[in-house]
Amino acid sequence: MENAKARVKGELCKSCGICINNCPKQAISKSGQFNNGGYDMVVVDEDKCIGCGICYTVCPDYVFEIN
Amino acid sequence: MAKNIKAPEALKPHRFCPGCGHGVIARVIMEVIESRGLTNNFILNRGVGCCCNLRSIEVDGLQCSHGRSCASTRAMKLLAPDTCFVTYQGDGDAYVIGLQETLNAAYAKSNITLITVNNSNFGMTGGQMAWTTLPGQITTTSPYGRPVDGPLPIQIPEMIANSFDPAFVARASVQSPAEINKLKKYVEKAIDAQMAGKGFTMIEVLAPCPTNWGLTPEKAIEHVATDMQKYYPLGVFADRT
Ligand SMILES: Cc1ncc(C[n+]2csc(CCOP(=O)(O)OP(=O)(O)O)c2C)c(N)n1
Ligand code: SF4
Ligand code: SF4
Ligand code: SF4
Ligand SMILES: [Mg+2]
Repeated sequence: MENAKARVKGELCKSCGICINNCPKQAISKSGQFNNGGYDMVVVDEDKCIGCGICYTVCPDYVFEIN
Repeated sequence: MAKNIKAPEALKPHRFCPGCGHGVIARVIMEVIESRGLTNNFILNRGVGCCCNLRSIEVDGLQCSHGRSCASTRAMKLLAPDTCFVTYQGDGDAYVIGLQETLNAAYAKSNITLITVNNSNFGMTGGQMAWTTLPGQITTTSPYGRPVDGPLPIQIPEMIANSFDPAFVARASVQSPAEINKLKKYVEKAIDAQMAGKGFTMIEVLAPCPTNWGLTPEKAIEHVATDMQKYYPLGVFADRT
């Protein structure tokens, strides 16, 4: 599991920004791409992500999976 | 440190507002239920309020009358004592409209778990003042702020812990990863205590309602961590688990 990363289910994102504020590696940002709900979905920079799971913990919308 | 993490299967997309506190609380409950192997022996009853959105979770449960979920859950528990029951209610539902049902369930030492989501207003109906509203807080029914010389925000966990010998009572918050992890520990304690037949268990969770507070999700979380906690200290108030 050394290389586990945060995977994003962008369709679920509501662009609240809570994950961005809590990521210890500043690996999450808004993509500028809008999902069907009309929200600017987040993306994860896999080079920065350490798979810590904090984004999973704080996201109210179940966007993240770590694997 | 990295490991595989995936939200429980029963959780489906929901309709809470961006940054709403309800989503994380629902996930934590389902994580604990799944980890205990209880998913198919679990009933999640809901009060009336934004918690109605939890019908998105694929588990059994009743949408109870406003404020009456503790009473409905007590009755159901009598009929199915080996099933795990959570009654999930807002502050307006559990502490204002259903105050009597909530206190009676605790007084009777009913072997159920109450989770209340305290966002200091009647959220679903557009943000009216509740007994939980902070002094000075502006709501649609306290446009000049809740009077500062009136009743103080109601502290039901403290009241129940001090009066009714419950098995477990705590107040948590979804303001940070650390507090969310504590919330999970509390839910584990409450569910385990219920399954061991130890009596009434309750967790109040401070949660942001950015929509009705007129704050961004970020500012709403800050408000929970600062202003709300002046009236609602976090921690365990009763534990005989
Ligand atoms: C008997 C009755 N009175 C009033 C209402 C209107 N009502 C629906 S939801 C709600 C507020 C619920 O607030 P709370 O329990 O705090 O939940 P929140 O939406 O804030 O999470 C009210 C007053 C109703 N549905 N039924
Ligand atoms: S916390 Fe979840 S919903 Fe909010 S911006 Fe991040 S991924 Fe999107
Ligand atoms: S797993 Fe950790 S490092 Fe990776 S995006 Fe999520 S919070 Fe950031
Ligand atoms: S109104 Fe408030 S409590 Fe209801 S879904 Fe929106 S943010 Fe959540
Ligand atoms: Mg409320």
